[in-house]
Amino acid sequence: MVVRVAMRDGNRRISSEMGTDVDIKKDRRRHLLSDTLSLSFSLIRHTMADQMSDDDESRQSPQSDLDFTSNKARNCIATGSVSGHPEFRLPYPDQVLENVLENVLHFLPSRRDRNAASLVCKSWYRVEALTRSELFIGNCYAVSPTRATSRFPRARALHLKGKPRFADFNLMPPDWGAHFNPWLLSFAKAFPWLEKVYLKRMSVTNDDLATMAESFSGFKDLVLVCCDGFGTSGLAIFVSKCRELRVLDLIESEVADDETDWISCFPECESQLESLIFDCVESPINFEALEKLVARSPSLKKLKLNRHVSIGQLYQLMVQAPQVTHLGTGSFSPLEVDMQDDQEPDYVTAFADCKSLVCLSGFREIVPDYLPAVYPICANLTSLNFSYANITAEQLKPIISNCHKLQVFWVLDSIRDEGLQAVAATCKELRELRVFPVDAREDSDGLVSEVGLQAISEDCRKLQSILYFCQRMTNAAVIAMSKNCPDLAVFRLCIMGRHRPDHVTGEPMDDGFGAIVKNCKKLTRLAVSGLLTDKAFEYIGRYGKLVSTLSVAFAGDSDMGLKYVLEGCPQLKKLEIRDSPFGDAALCSGLHHYYNMRFLWMSSCRVTRQGCQQIACAMARLVVEVIRSADEEDMDDCVETLYMYRSLVGPRNDAPKIVTIL
Amino acid sequence: MANVLGAEHDLNFKETELCLGLPGGAGGNEVDNSPKNTGKRGFSETVDLKLNLQAKETGMDLNKNLENGSREKPVSAKDPAKPPAKAQVVGWPPVRSYRKNVMANNKSSGEESEKASSAAFVKVSMDGAPYLRKVDLKMYKSYQELSDALAKMFSSFTMGNYGSQGMIDFMNESKLMDLLNSSDYVPTYEDKDGDWMLVGDVPWQMFVDSCKRLRIMKGSEAIGLAPRAMEKCKSRG
Repeated sequence: MVVRVAMRDGNRRISSEMGTDVDIKKDRRRHLLSDTLSLSFSLIRHTMADQMSDDDESRQSPQSDLDFTSNKARNCIATGSVSGHPEFRLPYPDQVLENVLENVLHFLPSRRDRNAASLVCKSWYRVEALTRSELFIGNCYAVSPTRATSRFPRARALHLKGKPRFADFNLMPPDWGAHFNPWLLSFAKAFPWLEKVYLKRMSVTNDDLATMAESFSGFKDLVLVCCDGFGTSGLAIFVSKCRELRVLDLIESEVADDETDWISCFPECESQLESLIFDCVESPINFEALEKLVARSPSLKKLKLNRHVSIGQLYQLMVQAPQVTHLGTGSFSPLEVDMQDDQEPDYVTAFADCKSLVCLSGFREIVPDYLPAVYPICANLTSLNFSYANITAEQLKPIISNCHKLQVFWVLDSIRDEGLQAVAATCKELRELRVFPVDAREDSDGLVSEVGLQAISEDCRKLQSILYFCQRMTNAAVIAMSKNCPDLAVFRLCIMGRHRPDHVTGEPMDDGFGAIVKNCKKLTRLAVSGLLTDKAFEYIGRYGKLVSTLSVAFAGDSDMGLKYVLEGCPQLKKLEIRDSPFGDAALCSGLHHYYNMRFLWMSSCRVTRQGCQQIACAMARLVVEVIRSADEEDMDDCVETLYMYRSLVGPRNDAPKIVTIL
Repeated sequence: MANVLGAEHDLNFKETELCLGLPGGAGGNEVDNSPKNTGKRGFSETVDLKLNLQAKETGMDLNKNLENGSREKPVSAKDPAKPPAKAQVVGWPPVRSYRKNVMANNKSSGEESEKASSAAFVKVSMDGAPYLRKVDLKMYKSYQELSDALAKMFSSFTMGNYGSQGMIDFMNESKLMDLLNSSDYVPTYEDKDGDWMLVGDVPWQMFVDSCKRLRIMKGSEAIGLAPRAMEKCKSRG
């Protein structure tokens, strides 16, 4: 990673030619970097001495360390130097280095790079910690809030994840944990300047929302994904107190209906809102208040409405905010009362006027007659989410045939293979496809099959990510996709009927998934299904060298399956397994790797309590949670759910009774 | 006995009868299915609870089967003794409950929305009127009803006694010619084939099925359409 290092005197940049390019990945060792920079600086120093006599007015005092307004425009001269002095006094080399490093590292957003940089030496560790503004914590129980706040004293954004993914499927007790509160209290004390919070699968209460609003005066962005524990009353307090709010995104979260009109609680003045996403909120909203809010939010770019907003109301909002780039259309159906007496609004023009619209979703209670309204913007769309719209292939075709730029497409299997063929015919730029089932039951009729998958693979060669629910699949189609789509990084196939083989050959699905791990060199995430033997896992272990997330359900024959994976996949970080015959022996084969993983989940497998205890004893920094099933009996000493994760904190103290920490 | 009496005397005994029974089941009580429609957590929780119980058994069966080294599907999947939701295992297929709830709601209100989307909405324009209207033809059972509704809708614009005539009169040749020669408004429609026809020349249901849009135009302008209408009148005898 090449970074240009420039010397600054206050806000005045000496000269762009005086900068030097440093490859900080290459010059990772301190002394090398120091040498490189010293060399460059000696040149600059001489030039600076000449320029010192110019322009006194533009010289300003060095910016204080606590100035947060701009990360990038910082004074890199160490203490005791420039400010107003014509002579250039030589700062201590270490201080120069650290200050330079600070400026350099400001340009380093990637947390992986930062983690690497922090390992170089103590000095780099310190500087990196000072310059990290966004904290990402993948497991809220892996580290304590105080540790985070003390290491990174200047954090302005927090990205926190709680429960593991299988919690979404009712496989975890509802009161399991992942409470935001302890983090909030710690951060409220340490970072009153906090601006952004992103939470996924955390439990957030109404009090938490109130506390957030009170503690962080400049709070700007709140994003809650798959969270629960709060309601509209909490939202009301939050929005009323956050005067600088830019982003309020509620995504697939459960929001209790406290019957509070939270939309009316936004401050009356002009708002800085850029994004308002509340399509998951199940309660009705005050439309008049929403209309007024949109009218006084000139920066609003993302607006995703819930199903209580009718298409007539959508029209009124679109007219107020034609600048939107991301639109969630709400119900996309008319209110009964609108239809008879009122004139029909010109939906087509309303859509046509939204010239920046690139992302379209919603359609919660779609009346397909109104679909033609979106024709004008199809050609601009890069993302289209029809995953709540039960439409047929015929209804889809006129739309999709114009979506040449489409990159992300979420849809229901109601469009069938024919619909997918239509998608393939037009959407050559497709990067991500998700096909959800209308009827998510094991024994439902499959509406899509290997035919649709084959069609997609043949024409959407740039595909990177796929999630596909079906009832019938063949190895041939999966193999075809592995060959046709070399960029595939995420492959998630869910054959809903358990243990289903290739429906043409009757063979297990081993070869299909084997081809995926073998041919898709960029594969990082894999979810398997269908009838699978240990062979499939052998393939994964042998070829899946980049696989970091693996989901397994109702698969495998014996411990060997899990062993192959634990021994063969060095990048494995998240492993979730359910209802598969893997036991203690397999569990123990991963001891060498568990500290490299974020977590391991095993439910309804053949792991016993003793086996879990062994692991817990062998690995001090691993928290091993055993979750009993609803009734108290232990069947055959088998553990219902094992959830274990690395942690610097040790066992948590907020676990419910049903959870035992070994 | 009481039931029979009730039925005979139309006392609605059955409705008011107290009985024990499953909701919506044998009692004959009309239990409102609306809890499903509101999508409130309560119902799904109940469903999940049931599934949970069964899943536990399924889970156990599964483990036993696996221990036996068999790769057969769990017994419960085929076990006829269990109630219909038998094969459902907790959390499988892996679709988030939020999405499942939304789809369930859409399905149960799907019958309603199916009605709505199979409603026959057509645009109605009237020459000289500043904006369009929309009507659902399925709301009306005859030309007379439609005519009344249109008249009401466009009452500020119509002159003369168009409204009172109704469309059924178009079957009458002489009246038709009178009307067409006047400056009164007549309703016309575009049918599935894209042809513009005078309203009233086909049976009502056929009209509803084939009408794509309505246009109320001045009688004098509708002259061109008349021959077709006349032909149809004649062919009907």
